[in-house]
Amino acid sequence: MSESDDLDLRSLGDDDLVQQMHDDLYDGLKDEIEESVNILLERGWTPYDVLTKALVEGMRIVGIDFRDGILFVPEVLLAANAMKAGMFILRPLLAETGAPSIGKMVIGTVKGDIHDIGKNLVSMMMEGAGFEVINIGINNAVENYLAAIEEHKPDILGMSALLTTTMPYMKVVIEALKEKGIRDDYVVLVGGAPLNEAFAEAIGADAYCRDAAVAVETAKEFMQRKHNQRGVKGTSAA
Amino acid sequence: MTHTVVSSRSREVVIGFDRPFCVIGERINPTGRKRLAAEMAAGDYSSVQADAIAQVEAGAHMLDVNAGIPLADEPAILAESIKLVQSLVDVPLSIDSSIVEALEAGLSVYQGKALVNSVTGEEERLEVVLPLIKKYDAAVVAISNDETGISEDPDVRFEVAKRIVQHAADYGIPAADVVVDPLVMPVGALGQAGVSAFRLIRRLREELGVNTTCGASNISFGLPNRHALNATYLAMAAGAGMTSAIMNPLHPEEMAGVKAADVLLGVDPNCARWLRRYRDPAAQSSDADRNSRERRRRRV
Repeated sequence: MSESDDLDLRSLGDDDLVQQMHDDLYDGLKDEIEESVNILLERGWTPYDVLTKALVEGMRIVGIDFRDGILFVPEVLLAANAMKAGMFILRPLLAETGAPSIGKMVIGTVKGDIHDIGKNLVSMMMEGAGFEVINIGINNAVENYLAAIEEHKPDILGMSALLTTTMPYMKVVIEALKEKGIRDDYVVLVGGAPLNEAFAEAIGADAYCRDAAVAVETAKEFMQRKHNQRGVKGTSAA
Repeated sequence: MTHTVVSSRSREVVIGFDRPFCVIGERINPTGRKRLAAEMAAGDYSSVQADAIAQVEAGAHMLDVNAGIPLADEPAILAESIKLVQSLVDVPLSIDSSIVEALEAGLSVYQGKALVNSVTGEEERLEVVLPLIKKYDAAVVAISNDETGISEDPDVRFEVAKRIVQHAADYGIPAADVVVDPLVMPVGALGQAGVSAFRLIRRLREELGVNTTCGASNISFGLPNRHALNATYLAMAAGAGMTSAIMNPLHPEEMAGVKAADVLLGVDPNCARWLRRYRDPAAQSSDADRNSRERRRRRV
């Protein structure tokens, strides 16, 4: 039908193929992304290079156009889905090769709150940026957050609340982290319609993220700072 | 025929299948409105005042009043806002909070029969909110979710709504005083959100016989040209049996969708309200004398 249907991905050189992958991610073409990831791996690319140069870079462009109102939610979801399919191939290989981690996040909506969609959007955009995301769902008590960070040892803890009655629970979680003396081991990002910067500051979170695109940018900034502080890339303290 | 009757001191509004779609103005809500939140928290109600008047002028039948400001004294601010709004306009109000103390504070100063926004299907919420509804003889918006979350299956949400209506009956609150919010999801994220909302609205109307309400703009989250999408959604929802919405009456497209639905559903007799609102103003100004005669005759 269209010319892209006839395009033989294997006929492209590496640079053109990576360009094509950026376009395919933008268009949310899952099958094409899977095929291209496999081609690059066959050509001897490291899983880490496929991830960063092809997928993350492609999703960075998607993120920019989403932020600027050029792409919209259904398109971003398709793009994220294509990215996810690529990640499904890469993840075990990344673990095998001991590639540096871009970052890990545990994210969930707080207790008493069942809003799901905004948090899922953040989760998908974070995955798009190459983060490993553990989405623990809605209505999470302190114990759920503690258990998840204990198990997954993330860099970032994300909390979502869409109600003025449930947002104070974020403070309860942060206090629990303080009590256990582990508050500073994690970057705590919060989001949701009724929140603002002042609230985030008042409860002791590291930042308020207005939307999914801001969440990704903020998370990247904090990871950058973390790496700089340690002076070593990608080593994660136990 | 189910009639939800709400009132202010001097005016009654009836929500029902045989009535015009009830437009509940949403503007008095500091969520996501930084300046309004700061003003209200500081005891400055000038924007609340302006929003109340502008919305009623734009055709709102009721106004929603919300004072959900992080870290502020919500019960006091909500009560203050309600007193002020009731002194300015005579439409009935919807008292909007997820904090029970704020609902009670609002109800205690309200004159007339209020709509309380809202109660969810969670047992612990029902047990504290429903007695308040009974005590102050109010009507209540019931949101069709419970402890298990928001089901994507409209039939599960129907069961939740049904349970809330039954619970209300246990407290002596008639089904006519329960207005169900079917919780419409963004169609940009869930492709079947529209279809399942319409299915649920139809079941709520036909099987449970209850009035329904919704936020008008959730459906279009994350999509461009939201006003057109919202307007079409509102009209289609009205067609399925939706009888009210919490929406911005200052948006002409959404208002046109609602008014058009009234015409098409036969609740705008002789299209009178449609004509009054949308008659080409140029036609009126062509002959001043004839125009004034006509205006005397047309009393709607």
